[in-house]
Amino acid sequence: MTMTDTPTTMSRLGRLMVDRPLLPLIGLLIVLVAVLAILNPGVLSMFWASNTLKIAIPLAMLAACQTMTMLTGGIDLSVGTAATISAYLTATLAPLIGVPPAIAIALASAVLIGLVNGFGIAICRVHPLIMTLGTALIATGCLLVYQRYVIATGVLIPDALLWLGTGRTFGLPNSLALFIPFAILIIWAQRRSGFGRLLYAIGANEAAARLSGVRVWQVHLTLYTISSLIAGITGLLYLGQIKTASLSLALPLDLPSVAAAVIGGTSIFGGRGGYGGTIVGALILTVLTSMLTLMQIPEGGRRILFGLIILAVTALFIRLTERN
Amino acid sequence: MKRWIDANTWTLGLAVLLAILLVSTKLIQPDFGASGLDSLARAALPFALATVGMAIVVLAGGIDLSIAAMMAVASVTGAVLMEGASDGQSVLIVLGVLLLGLAMGAINGLLITVSKVPDIVVTLAMLFVWQGVALLILNAPGGGAAPWLRALSAGGIPGIDWLPRAVVFLAIITALIWVPIRRSKLGLRLYAIGSDPLAAFRSGVPVGQTRIIAYALCGLFAALGGLSVTMSTGIGEPIPGPYLLASVAAVVLGGVVLGGGRGGILGPILAVFILRTVRMDLTLLSVDPNVAAIIEGTIMVAVVMFGAVLATRGHKT
Repeated sequence: MTMTDTPTTMSRLGRLMVDRPLLPLIGLLIVLVAVLAILNPGVLSMFWASNTLKIAIPLAMLAACQTMTMLTGGIDLSVGTAATISAYLTATLAPLIGVPPAIAIALASAVLIGLVNGFGIAICRVHPLIMTLGTALIATGCLLVYQRYVIATGVLIPDALLWLGTGRTFGLPNSLALFIPFAILIIWAQRRSGFGRLLYAIGANEAAARLSGVRVWQVHLTLYTISSLIAGITGLLYLGQIKTASLSLALPLDLPSVAAAVIGGTSIFGGRGGYGGTIVGALILTVLTSMLTLMQIPEGGRRILFGLIILAVTALFIRLTERN
Repeated sequence: MKRWIDANTWTLGLAVLLAILLVSTKLIQPDFGASGLDSLARAALPFALATVGMAIVVLAGGIDLSIAAMMAVASVTGAVLMEGASDGQSVLIVLGVLLLGLAMGAINGLLITVSKVPDIVVTLAMLFVWQGVALLILNAPGGGAAPWLRALSAGGIPGIDWLPRAVVFLAIITALIWVPIRRSKLGLRLYAIGSDPLAAFRSGVPVGQTRIIAYALCGLFAALGGLSVTMSTGIGEPIPGPYLLASVAAVVLGGVVLGGGRGGILGPILAVFILRTVRMDLTLLSVDPNVAAIIEGTIMVAVVMFGAVLATRGHKT
């Protein structure tokens, strides 16, 4: 990590800090793939690569929520729940009212979760972690009640989502058709749009941002709403990929999405990081998970590893910035 | 006397609220009596112990998000070891689990002090670690509990039938651990680092050491909470219950300021019983349990929101 201390190069420095983590991360990814190839020769193929991409995409999309909220020093632990609810609503409502209205209702409920989060965080100033955990708890309760009263007409997974989730074109997963524009949009929004710069400004120094006229509460409210909307869209994609509607569909992705953003170089205290690193972080986690599965490490071991990774990366970051 | 009342208005208010809730429970369900109180107390016990642990850390200016996961570790460790163990062995096992709790909490505190990473991030990471440990020890609910342990919290006290054993257990445990600490230098230090760590440091308080002790105590209470889960169900639960949010909500409702330094232990305990009584009343009113969970979650989130608004106000003035 090199840092210059002349304020005139601040904007360049910002770019540098966003771009720099990519190189070592891609290096790490290549090393992991090489280790995987040594452990299990013959695993590497076009099919494997496309499968890894397919698995990494929902994770990378949920990690976008974490990246954006973490840029302001927050976190969104309700993304798994929002994704699950949107998937479950789509699958159960589609046979009743048709696919487009079902998807509309599903995304609307995801947005509702985001609005509640935003209200608590922006206006009541609850810590994002506690607030999103709380809404996740309430939303899960609502899902259970809904599941009990839903008319048992079976489950329908829209064909378009199946195509998107499981289909392949020229050996590449179709979900890339959703993901590539999504990633470009997010990266553009973070680097170039006013909203993106506000996220960095609030994360770097909230008081300074407030004093320079930023309406922090509006940014927070918008941010958490967008975050839940992204989670809802991810839920739709994930539904097409997993092909079953369960009450805990995307919940196991909650924690890896935080880990992906942290590994990708986004600081959990805000103000530093970017989506490019997060995408590589999600790929690293996916390769790592398939490696751990290959080595038959159980679920518990994986969670311990994720926790330790988050801790180590954050501690390393603190060490680095303190020295400067 | 008047000063005492002034200093404890919030706690007294909570006690009155609890009394009103209990009376209204009696009105909803005329045969509510000793057995009802007993089941209420038994359901509240793990929540109350988790809340005491959380309250100590919050008083010292921190927060421990890994509390529910530590409870799960304690619960499964106890249950796995106790399956088929004799009474004598199980006493040792219980002591071992309590030591394990102290150790887990101390690790949390040590990591916060040494790495200088904020408590909320460290304990979030450790939440995942302890969850993983619990899953490694026991993959699905199972194990067993010694019969004497199960008898500790079930039923009333001989002679005073209406007083649930779980309440007495809670009172004795909390009094044994907390009262000596509160009265000693350590208690003063805990409050000192909670209200202003810098001022505490300059007046010679070993801030890091006190913080580690606060987290270790939280771990100890988490272990007690985990054991009480095993106590009431007879098995170990590797998936943590909703104790994190519930304990934070009870701490806030109990009059402890998030950010530290102000509040006591009795308030949060009363708050736990208030929240549990509301839950029980909803069940007695034959509200769908899932709907009751939603209402309960909403109450807890509202309490935390209210607390946050108060904390911001207090910060500004």
